[in-house]
Amino acid sequence: MKRRLIELAHARSGDKGDTANVGLIAKKPAFYPILVKQVTAARVARHFKGMITGPVERFELPNLNALNFLLHGALDGGGTISLKTDAQGKVFSTALLRMAIDVKGRK
Amino acid sequence: MKTVRIAAGQGFWGDWLEAPYRQVTGGPIDYLMMDYLAEVTMSILQKQKTRDPALGYATDFVTQMERILPTVVERGIKVTASAGGVNPRACADAVAAVARKLGLGSKVTIGVVTGDDLLSRLDGLIARGHDLKNLDTGRPLRDVRDTVLSANAYLGAAPVVDALQRGAQIVITGRVTDTGLTLAPMMHAFGWPADAWDLIAAGTVAGHIIECGAQSSGGNCLDRWESIPDLANVGYPIVEALEDGSFDLVKHPGTGGRIDVACVTEQLVYEMGDPRAYITPDGVADFTTIKLSQAGKNRVRVSGVRGKPATDKLKVSIAYFYGYKAIGTLVYAWPDALAKAHAADRILRLRLKNLGLEFEAIHTEFLGATATHGSLPLADIDPDAIPEVQLRIGVRARDKAPVDRFTREIAPLILNGPPSVTGFAGGRPKPEEIVAYWPALIDKRMVEPAVELVRA
Repeated sequence: MKRRLIELAHARSGDKGDTANVGLIAKKPAFYPILVKQVTAARVARHFKGMITGPVERFELPNLNALNFLLHGALDGGGTISLKTDAQGKVFSTALLRMAIDVKGRK
Repeated sequence: MKTVRIAAGQGFWGDWLEAPYRQVTGGPIDYLMMDYLAEVTMSILQKQKTRDPALGYATDFVTQMERILPTVVERGIKVTASAGGVNPRACADAVAAVARKLGLGSKVTIGVVTGDDLLSRLDGLIARGHDLKNLDTGRPLRDVRDTVLSANAYLGAAPVVDALQRGAQIVITGRVTDTGLTLAPMMHAFGWPADAWDLIAAGTVAGHIIECGAQSSGGNCLDRWESIPDLANVGYPIVEALEDGSFDLVKHPGTGGRIDVACVTEQLVYEMGDPRAYITPDGVADFTTIKLSQAGKNRVRVSGVRGKPATDKLKVSIAYFYGYKAIGTLVYAWPDALAKAHAADRILRLRLKNLGLEFEAIHTEFLGATATHGSLPLADIDPDAIPEVQLRIGVRARDKAPVDRFTREIAPLILNGPPSVTGFAGGRPKPEEIVAYWPALIDKRMVEPAVELVRA
């Protein structure tokens, strides 16, 4: 069945220059493998199509049941140059949590 | 085993003014750590110093010290603060004057950490082949040399440790890393050697967890946010460190907020790059080795941190003048709020084009609909039901003239554009100067930190 990522994970995001980072954290350890399998760098790049101009990198932190994504070219130049409301990428976190996820056999 | 309690008092210049006082009076602590410097702050302070050589530091820190110094002296609390900006000595003099005014002059020794300021040395460094290439674009600094406003190397914990060892109770620094202000007290108190890489990494992780103040004790925490208790009375985080590098994150009893694995994990991943290599001047921490566990109510244990040797480079934070920007807003109401805002945007862009104005960027957002999450929300909402949308248009240019003309094109839309428009009471937007950030690296041996003691 389809679930929203926000039901399985929480997140926090921030900036480094023109790159936004999103740390995605499984709400339960059992959800972490689902995130690893489904929330791939390619899938995240498609999710943010039109919002970012560069590639997406993904890093795994199994010790924290977390994934870290770097969204390059997300902030219109970043910092003081950016004209965006979210110039520091603070709410890319919840934008990622809008993603739909397949969860087999779970209610 | 000996424990050392390091409390976060400020996460940035502009953080809660009540936090430092609450940290020094709310329960026992050994150190108060206050981080004041964001990337852009240095250039603002440099401007202030150019106007008045006695300025260029975080003046709020002096006000804070006036309030907490009696308690700090009475309880023997030590303070590490990056409040010195581009003029740490003047900041120390101002704190010394406050100490004398409070009758505590004979009891306070202030350590001043300098050596980070490279502005006056830039031409010499460039001439000697240090390109200070922009880490994002690869361009050499000489391309923008004429517009540079400030240049500071990030120093690590070492000079702060030095100041503490020489008897400073209050250490005021220029551009020291946020994490160094927490790591230094641990190195000093436990006698950790500078090449004990796992311990250095552990102290760095502790610093990262508390450098943003309450962001690790319930502030800005998404996980079950609505059940986080009493944020009005939030307790700022405290690191309770042990000599073996493990530590607990706690807060004072009777305060609000929440310290749990979820909140601490959110802070750990905040502003993270490659988690296997969190690089500071002091060492490289591997965030994939961190173990977290709930050791009690509002108590998270952090252990297992592994580190690697420091690199031979320091990061340099350079600020330079970039150009101008302005942002104008109007609010469109139901019916068809989003469609009207879109129409106004098209009309305005056509007018800017017809005027022959050239911009590096024009950026439009529709707040209340598609501003921060792009078009993602449109799958979930009925655009016809949106009660109002704020049209927010920003422009950026190297020259001031087109930006200035843009600011005069917003208000006419109220009478000569789409209907049901309001929210323009703020008047014409003002062109703003853009001071941009230029990150670079420099060989460590080119930077010599210095420590001096000032007695009040």
